[in-house]
Amino acid sequence: MWFFSSPQIVFGEGALSYLAQIQGKRAVIITDEQMQKLGFVDLVKEQLAQANVETRVFDQVEPEPCLDTVRRGALMLCDYEPDWIIGLGGGSPMDAAKAMWALYERPDLPPDGINPLEYLGLGKKAKLVTVSTTSGTGSEVTWFTVLSDLNEKRKLGLGSRETLATIAIVDPMFAMKMPPRLTADTGLDALTHAIEGYAGTWHNDFADAVCLKAIELIFRFLPLAYRNGDDAEAREKMHNAAALAGLGFGNSMAALAHAMGHSLGAVFHVPHGRAVSLFLPYTMEFNANAGNYRYADIAKFIGLDGLGEQQLTWQLIAAVRDLAIELDSKTDLMSLGIARDDLNKSMEHLLVNAENDNQIVPSSRQPDRAELRKLFEYAYEGKHIDF
Amino acid sequence: MAKVKFGSAEWIQALQNDLNASQAYEEAAKTWEGDFYFIVDPEGAIKEPIYLYMDLWHGKCRDAFVVTDKNAKTPAFVMSGPYSKWKKVVTAQLDPIQALMTGQLKLKGNMVMVMKSVKAAQEIIRSCTRIDTEFEM
Repeated sequence: MWFFSSPQIVFGEGALSYLAQIQGKRAVIITDEQMQKLGFVDLVKEQLAQANVETRVFDQVEPEPCLDTVRRGALMLCDYEPDWIIGLGGGSPMDAAKAMWALYERPDLPPDGINPLEYLGLGKKAKLVTVSTTSGTGSEVTWFTVLSDLNEKRKLGLGSRETLATIAIVDPMFAMKMPPRLTADTGLDALTHAIEGYAGTWHNDFADAVCLKAIELIFRFLPLAYRNGDDAEAREKMHNAAALAGLGFGNSMAALAHAMGHSLGAVFHVPHGRAVSLFLPYTMEFNANAGNYRYADIAKFIGLDGLGEQQLTWQLIAAVRDLAIELDSKTDLMSLGIARDDLNKSMEHLLVNAENDNQIVPSSRQPDRAELRKLFEYAYEGKHIDF
Repeated sequence: MAKVKFGSAEWIQALQNDLNASQAYEEAAKTWEGDFYFIVDPEGAIKEPIYLYMDLWHGKCRDAFVVTDKNAKTPAFVMSGPYSKWKKVVTAQLDPIQALMTGQLKLKGNMVMVMKSVKAAQEIIRSCTRIDTEFEM
């Protein structure tokens, strides 16, 4: 028994105008200051005004939002009592909006108590709309929320199926203004979602379908969007691919690259997409060395050549590495500027974080402590995984 | 070694012994404080519920036994489900987190603690799979 969960997805050019059709009295836009500067908040407010919905804005969501930010946002929601919450931005504002929504519905709940193991009774006061402005996180269509616990220097993978947005707006207009580095990092994040969602042990027929389509679109259109941000077709396809990848891993989970990326990000403050995608080829090699050739399906689907599952698997891993290089992405931890001494000093913390990240659960090969340490060390030096 | 019957005193004792011999569990659960009831609900040939108690503390299982009166203890965590689901979990055919997420198993207790202790939970399941277990159905 399993589920496939999805919001109602409104996609394509002009999708934002759907907001003018919602029925309600008050809305709060959860976002960050950058969205204000880009004028995106005003675009949303204009649509809500057409629906005669009063609006307030909480624009204090920081990158990798912390538990305190969520608490502050929830207090504002409790004060204003909106019937709509709009999460506008990349993964951080949308994740924060989900968590704030949960705490608005359940003020007795601590932010790190948002969990998928019990019925929380959400959705009685408000509905959530997610509006993605980057093409990668997939947060617009997942129920996951990643929050930073600053005290423990740890990212918490939280969420409940009840925090899935009611409506996800996937309007490519927002993606047109992404600079190349953000385009690459977020696009590779989406690729990591789709590959891990497909190859993890929680894979299923429904998630497989969207993961494969997402991977195909990303390999084809991400280099185009990176080289020419004005390529409207590439932008739209990448925006769709990110949502598809979100649907995929949102219904099958991610895996080891995410566990390691979350761990690294919490300690060294590496952006999420950059961190998880850096680890992706290393973890694929780790899995392939144990005979996990499910990657071969992906290789065949995107038209790579190879004789047999093993060869196809390694072809895909090479293609992932090549794509990162084509996008001028860092492929080892050393080139991220992390000093070896700092890595060594933080190693114990990195290992504990990764071991206790819930995304490690569906990894097709479970590393023990020594293997996990070697994975970090090999990724530091850019060495191929040989164990 | 002879098989031990799932849910028996011998089985929970074997699990305690295995956990206490596991360095991986000791490391993963070194900050864990909380005792458990694992409740096997009646199903098929199993006519009465089975209550298994485990006192898990700082990487060790301090005590483990079958309870006949469920009011004997008030553990911090209670995990329950039908026999067939436990069988799948114990034989690694069903991921316990998936089982919990789909309501096939139920968990009561401090979820914040549970969500931060993925590795320890995995090690308990690995320990279960190392016990040569026989099932009644």
